[in-house]
Amino acid sequence: MSAARPAAAPETVVSARELSRRFGDFVAVDRVSFEVERGEIFGFLGSNGAGKTTTIRILCGLLAPSSGTASVAGFDVATEAARIKTRIGYMSQRFSLYADLSVDENLRFWGGAYRLWGAELESRRGWALAAAGLEELRSTLVRELPGGYRQRLALGCALLHRPPVVFLDEPTGGVDPEARRRFWDLIDELAAGGTTVFVTTHSMDEAERCHRVALMHAGRLLALDTIRALKAAFPAGCVLDLASPQPVAAMTLLEGTPGIEDVALFGDRVHVVVDSPERAAGVAAALASGGQPPTAIEPGAPSLEDVFIKVIRDAGARPGP
Amino acid sequence: MIRRILAVTVKELLQLRRDWRTALALLGMPVLLLMIYGYALSFDVQDIRLAVVDSSRSAASRQLLQAFLQSGYFVQVAVLDDPRPLDALFDSGRAQAALVIPRDLAADLAARRPTGVQFVLDGSDSQTANTILGYARQIVATAGPPLAGLELEPRVAARPLVWYNPNLESSIFLVPGLLAFILMVSSVIATALAVVREKERGTMESLRATPLLALELLLGKTLPYLLVASVAAATSLALAWALFEVPVRGDIVWLAAVTVLFLAGGLGWGVFISTLADTQQVAFQLGLLSSMLPTLLLSGFIFPISSMPPALQAISHIVPARYYIAALREIVLKGVGPEVWWSEALALVAYGAVVLVLATARTVRSL
Repeated sequence: MSAARPAAAPETVVSARELSRRFGDFVAVDRVSFEVERGEIFGFLGSNGAGKTTTIRILCGLLAPSSGTASVAGFDVATEAARIKTRIGYMSQRFSLYADLSVDENLRFWGGAYRLWGAELESRRGWALAAAGLEELRSTLVRELPGGYRQRLALGCALLHRPPVVFLDEPTGGVDPEARRRFWDLIDELAAGGTTVFVTTHSMDEAERCHRVALMHAGRLLALDTIRALKAAFPAGCVLDLASPQPVAAMTLLEGTPGIEDVALFGDRVHVVVDSPERAAGVAAALASGGQPPTAIEPGAPSLEDVFIKVIRDAGARPGP
Repeated sequence: MIRRILAVTVKELLQLRRDWRTALALLGMPVLLLMIYGYALSFDVQDIRLAVVDSSRSAASRQLLQAFLQSGYFVQVAVLDDPRPLDALFDSGRAQAALVIPRDLAADLAARRPTGVQFVLDGSDSQTANTILGYARQIVATAGPPLAGLELEPRVAARPLVWYNPNLESSIFLVPGLLAFILMVSSVIATALAVVREKERGTMESLRATPLLALELLLGKTLPYLLVASVAAATSLALAWALFEVPVRGDIVWLAAVTVLFLAGGLGWGVFISTLADTQQVAFQLGLLSSMLPTLLLSGFIFPISSMPPALQAISHIVPARYYIAALREIVLKGVGPEVWWSEALALVAYGAVVLVLATARTVRSL
């Protein structure tokens, strides 16, 4: 499902080395290291409070790191924040548009803030209107726009000055699936054009569209790879898909069974993750003895969610550093 | 830099245009306040209960009494031959003032000897007493010469001359202070809210990720409010002139210059407040407290600075309205130029500079 990587020679655009940020005793980001290449869609996954936004804020030069180093577009975040700000686009988690201004007025203002003016501003404004599909709505106040349009406009604003890197902090929260799909088409185009896209999300669907994903949990980076590699690393034989006449009852039955790590409902099928291949054989028996024999049982593929639940569980079982 | 400041200014003006309630409040409130306070906040005293002890019983004494009664400020409550019942009249509050005319008034006037009339006042309310004394002095001074058809001047013990505000009308004295008060409160609150609004809505974070500098943002944001507040100031002054007959004797250019200096300081303080507050509510309260109270109490607007305890006098030096009101009175009432009020103007420049540096420094660190 993940898109093909661009063929150009790798070139590191964002890098972090042992990056940490503490707020008092609380460690928001704990010795995180990674590199992002040009044209890559780099997904940053994790629950709320995992440290995603803090990391992005450090990379954008909005927050100084407590220790470690990071660079964006060749500039150090701690000492060259002003230079970084001319080379990045940032779309914040909270709304980064003025609701009481029209589409055009927002584009003009953000263009001005990004130091564009005159003919260049006009041409980039035209580009953003076209890219966001907002040409007809240019005089509409942002507060009257549907969520999906707003998100595309916010992205357009963040890209006015042709930044080599864009940071998108949970860009598609509260947007319907169709609008989300359009937004991601836009991101694919950008990446294909050589823009590096750094995006945080807690949606697995969105993560599937990233070239590589990093999983953050409690400030630490627990996993970082392509979706395919992450799934391939999942132990074989531990995932089962089964059909049952009463899937909910079957699910409830399995949830109390030892060795079952996770049970989820996908349509009329029950998705089961067990802790070892040996345990998989006992699932059918457990269901039968509970009075819910499955009509079909076959090996399943791990979902990204399965992978992350396992990674987090393993990290929790591991003694702390 | 200018272009980016303008980008912010244009955006702010567009937002202000959409938010017509705020725009109306910024323009209308000063005018409304001026009318309310201008009419209500008056130290003028009327219907002063006057007792008269006329031992002279002469044409001159009757003429003097007439002058008091015709001034419109005094009503006669008692005419006595003897000053002794005055105590009882004052104690019971039936009299607020007494005019004691000596037996020899007519004779002294005729003989061109220095003479005087005694004026007794209930001093329990010093503010009122002062006002009444002002009226009485004015009446004696202006009614003096025709009294005996002679030159009275050299014979009157004290001949007070009130310049600039011959009737000692408090509205003329108060309007400059009122103007300062209104402008300070509205400029501080308008800017504080404008900056905090960006924080509340989350747009500040996005602004910080752009190459826009803190100074560019702050100047761009305060400029439109400076504009609006200047319009409000001009309207208020015109209204003060039309309604309260406050004369503008000085150069309107100097008036505008000093007003802009004062406003710049107020706007800077508003920005500073906005770096301390995270919500519009807190910003509003901080802005109101820090601008209203000092401007009302420590600026010489109502209470003369010279009569404050030394500690308060010292504090009043950091209240910008103190300098603005002083300069405004010089310009509006006296019509004098910068050679007189340059130190006040300099103080306003210093205040504005300090506040802007503070605000920018805090913005860079805290926003």
